[in-house]
Amino acid sequence: MNFILPRDQAEMMERALDFKGRSLWTDARRRLLKNRAAMASIVILAVIALMAVFAPNLSPYAFDYQDYSIISCAPDWWPDRTAPCIAGGAHWFGTDNLGRDLFVRVLYGARVSLAVGLIATLVSLVVGVAYGAIAGFIGGRLDELMMRFVDVLYSLPYIFLVIILMVVFHRNFFLLFIAIGAVEWLTMARIVRGQTLSIKYKEYIEAARAAGVTRAATIVRHVIPNVLGPVVVYVTLTVPAVILAESFISFLGLGIQDPLTSWGVLISDGSKQIETAPWLLIFPATFMGVTLFCFNFIGDGLRDALDPKDR
Amino acid sequence: MLSYAIRRTLLAVPTLFVIITAAFFMMRIAPGGPFDSQRHLPPEIERNIESAYDLDKPLYEQYLMYVDRLAHGDLGPSFKTRDFTVTQLIADGLPVSLRLGLTAMIAAVLAGILLGTVAALNQNGVVDYLTMSAAMVGITIPTFVTAPILTLIFGVYGVRFFGYDISLPVGGWNNGAVANMILPVTVLALPQIAVIARLLRGSMVEVLHSNYIRTARAKGLPSYVIVLRHALQSAVLPLISYLGPAVAGLLTGSLIVENIFGIPGIGRYFVDGALNRDYTLVLGVVICYAAFVILFNLAADILYAVLDPRVRYAR
Repeated sequence: MNFILPRDQAEMMERALDFKGRSLWTDARRRLLKNRAAMASIVILAVIALMAVFAPNLSPYAFDYQDYSIISCAPDWWPDRTAPCIAGGAHWFGTDNLGRDLFVRVLYGARVSLAVGLIATLVSLVVGVAYGAIAGFIGGRLDELMMRFVDVLYSLPYIFLVIILMVVFHRNFFLLFIAIGAVEWLTMARIVRGQTLSIKYKEYIEAARAAGVTRAATIVRHVIPNVLGPVVVYVTLTVPAVILAESFISFLGLGIQDPLTSWGVLISDGSKQIETAPWLLIFPATFMGVTLFCFNFIGDGLRDALDPKDR
Repeated sequence: MLSYAIRRTLLAVPTLFVIITAAFFMMRIAPGGPFDSQRHLPPEIERNIESAYDLDKPLYEQYLMYVDRLAHGDLGPSFKTRDFTVTQLIADGLPVSLRLGLTAMIAAVLAGILLGTVAALNQNGVVDYLTMSAAMVGITIPTFVTAPILTLIFGVYGVRFFGYDISLPVGGWNNGAVANMILPVTVLALPQIAVIARLLRGSMVEVLHSNYIRTARAKGLPSYVIVLRHALQSAVLPLISYLGPAVAGLLTGSLIVENIFGIPGIGRYFVDGALNRDYTLVLGVVICYAAFVILFNLAADILYAVLDPRVRYAR
């Protein structure tokens, strides 16, 4: 048998105090940093976001400047020499059917699309987390009532309601954010409620209750921080869903209005001229595709990082 | 089980009711009406038109009248397409939309199950990575990008295959001729195929690692029997609960697809109707779509409960 002498015990205690525990988040960060696809996606997204922010500084042309002498012209490096005309100059992506520079418009489209993605996701995050945590933590009749409400909203063909909203309120830009966000919170609420139920009877929650912490404070301090894992993953999947929803609405001609633009509008315009000016579709579609890819890869990477059991 | 089914069905009724109410009032708080035009009519005529369509009554009364007529299966007259009732317009377009949607659905389920199974059997192999990358592309590229690209390739440039011209018509419906359906169905099915393949791969991988599959292998059953009879049966379960929402996805997708390919379904009514303030037509289409979404969600939930005895619905 191996006796532990009191002195050794003290030493062990000291060593244990020195030892820093690795929290879930440190662990997850380490795993995420090792995930090449996710890291590359983060870098690419950062580049696109920076380009969107500094769009006016990157091109000599304003996003609504029209040059009628170069309408629907190919960029000068375009391989297909049968293109009707060459834009030349700093029109790296060519020009659209009103003689505007496509490069700067794609970046302005990125501004709108990313802004919609982030703001609508933020709306859905705040509403969904609060709703789900309250329903799950309080439980009982309130939970039943709140989740039935979500069930009812869930079976609404929401995109139709968003479209009606957009038509009704004259394509109000701000409302578009809210409308899309107000729809996306449902899944978030369900996820958070499920997670809350699973930790509701954990010892630390009971300890908080025993210590006399109020319910509101328990939810804010103890429940929400501990359900964030799946929420973070879902957020990265909501952003591309929102960007898609916005472009879908814009494609139908109900989204943002000229001269402002979004990727959906650019793709919609481009697909009308696909035979004569394919670059008008290719560039915005590529930017949007790459962005959606990146968000999906980050989402997958985060899921693997936070929940390594199914690898 | 039966009580669960009844409870779910009962929940569908208020859901539909909420949709009708929300859509009705949302259309109405909008400024502008169906008979606004550049040309100003004399006020008496305007009043006559409005009273002909009961638009002069208070809003709540109009709502009650609408619900009352709806209960009798009457969706009212279209405000803009004169001489047609909404019921007639929907009866014209719905079969087309349904045929398109269901064909795409069946194609998506078959192709998705096939791809997902193949990927799962080849877990972490080359085929797996290729299939899953393709699925990722399918999920991220929206229909309104795939549609013009496929149109360009198969319709405009034309494709020759062993000397045969297999170009496809890029628009129109032609009474549902097969050639006219290929492109729209493909465009509509692609994202669904991708999602279904991913879902099925996930559940299949899990099932293939379970004990009863190992038992089946130990018994020496041929592997196609194991996959088809034993594994697939429980692996498709998560798919069933996806099918409800998938229908909603197909419907919204068909809005775009009908728009691009010029297909005379009910999708085009929706956008045009909303822009023209054709209240009754928009409401009719929304109710129609909502009914389908609810019906499929309901069917999926009940089917799931029937097929998976592990699911016990309390109360």
